[in-house]
Amino acid sequence: MSALDTRIGKPWKKPPFVQRAWLRWALILGFAAYLVAAYMTIDVNWARVYEGLERGKQFVLAFTSPDFTSRSSDIWEGMIESIIMTVASSVVGIIISIPIALGAARNIAPLPIYLICRAIIAVSRALQEIIVAILLVAIFGFGPLAGFLTLSFATIGFLSKLLAEDIESMDRVQAEAIKASGAKWTQWINYGVQPQVMPRLIGLSIYRVDINFRESAILGLVGAGGIGATLNTAFDRYEYDTAAAILLMIILIVMALEYISGIIRERVQ
Amino acid sequence: MLRLEKLVKTYKTGDQALKAVDLDVPEGQVLALIGPSGAGKSTLIRCINRLVEPTSGNVYLGDVELTGLSSGALRRERRRMGMIFQEYALVERLTVMENVLSGRLGYVGFWRSFLRRFPQSDVDEAFRLLDRVGLAHMADKRADELSGGQRQRVGICRALIQDPALLLVDEPTASLDPKTSRQIMRLICELCKERGLAAIINIHDVALAQMFVQRVIGLRFGAIEFDGLPEGLTPDVLTNIYGEEDWEATIEKVDDDSEAAE
Repeated sequence: MSALDTRIGKPWKKPPFVQRAWLRWALILGFAAYLVAAYMTIDVNWARVYEGLERGKQFVLAFTSPDFTSRSSDIWEGMIESIIMTVASSVVGIIISIPIALGAARNIAPLPIYLICRAIIAVSRALQEIIVAILLVAIFGFGPLAGFLTLSFATIGFLSKLLAEDIESMDRVQAEAIKASGAKWTQWINYGVQPQVMPRLIGLSIYRVDINFRESAILGLVGAGGIGATLNTAFDRYEYDTAAAILLMIILIVMALEYISGIIRERVQ
Repeated sequence: MLRLEKLVKTYKTGDQALKAVDLDVPEGQVLALIGPSGAGKSTLIRCINRLVEPTSGNVYLGDVELTGLSSGALRRERRRMGMIFQEYALVERLTVMENVLSGRLGYVGFWRSFLRRFPQSDVDEAFRLLDRVGLAHMADKRADELSGGQRQRVGICRALIQDPALLLVDEPTASLDPKTSRQIMRLICELCKERGLAAIINIHDVALAQMFVQRVIGLRFGAIEFDGLPEGLTPDVLTNIYGEEDWEATIEKVDDDSEAAE
């Protein structure tokens, strides 16, 4: 009772995360000092920025008068190539990543298969797309084949990982009920697991198509074909109006994909 | 028909869920398994069809010993044991019909089931069963559109379409209201009688068990504490199974209820 009496009437404050006051303040002040020092090492050439502003302005202004016509055949070709790369790599990547995702889900795969599949995912995710693309361009030469292979490879890491995590968090009892009927493994996956993860698989697949299209624009910069090659050429020639036209088309297609994916995901819920 | 010999299950954590359980279930007998949470009721049922692997002991279904079977042979034997689950365990994104037909998976090849081309006799039987439980008009609804009682009826159809010799029933009424609980219990027991099925029913509700079954097994800490007729559940017996509590109300309620139900 007396312990309570001493507490009554006194304010209460959340105890600080770092208990020792001197350590707490040393950490706060040390971090602030580092931050200031770090910003001071960033070297800004203001004269260069002043010159560059003019170029930036031209680039932005080019969006008001995008030039779709003077390089229309290049843009058209690049777009078609990008779309082919996107569709082909998405389909191949998704088909390969489904079995890998099944193997990478701890609740349905035995340990050795799990480790192999997780290793494949780790490799695919550790290598950045651009680096893979440079490597594949070196092997297969310039052109969309390298881009297609790069995007397929990247799709596997992305989709397998996220799908495997969805499988791991599925409702165990529903799958158990199918198993209890005497179903074979394949039937068990088809009836007990697939219905549960289908909305997620479809959502992720559409999202990956979206990513693959945007990536296909970047991969062109390292010679892996697609609209990115056209875009790169336009920048190299300072044809900002053509570049603006290409960027506008990319933005438009990505927005269209976003819209379509919204509709489809609503349908499959 | 079903015989358990010295069935033991020890979980990896060291918990001994079943301690050498011996049990004999004759053909066509409906048996209730009661006991406090954690007594090993669910484990016992799951050790029979090996959704949980028993640590040691034998399970005989007819003449077949189940614990030593290869995975292929186990699948064939699982067809003879229909299971009904707590919280229904329907695959929610499949239709009612797909859920019922999934009980035939053990009999049908992969491609037939993948393409949903089940033999006509299976489809007919599915409609007959759905009609029997009063859900024929719901066949093409998705399972998550159904109410709790309706879902459990679909779960019953799924178990029965396997054409089992034994029903394993795990807390069939756990999430249902009292009236629906009775209807479901009555339905299960009627269907067992019609088809001459044996059944093991895990159940929390002692009064409900007494109303419907022919034999009660009381499980406590993984061992059989009581085995006898439902009338044999006296306050002393219940205290043995569950621990000290005032049981008079529970038992009296049974009498009132069974009269009211008739």
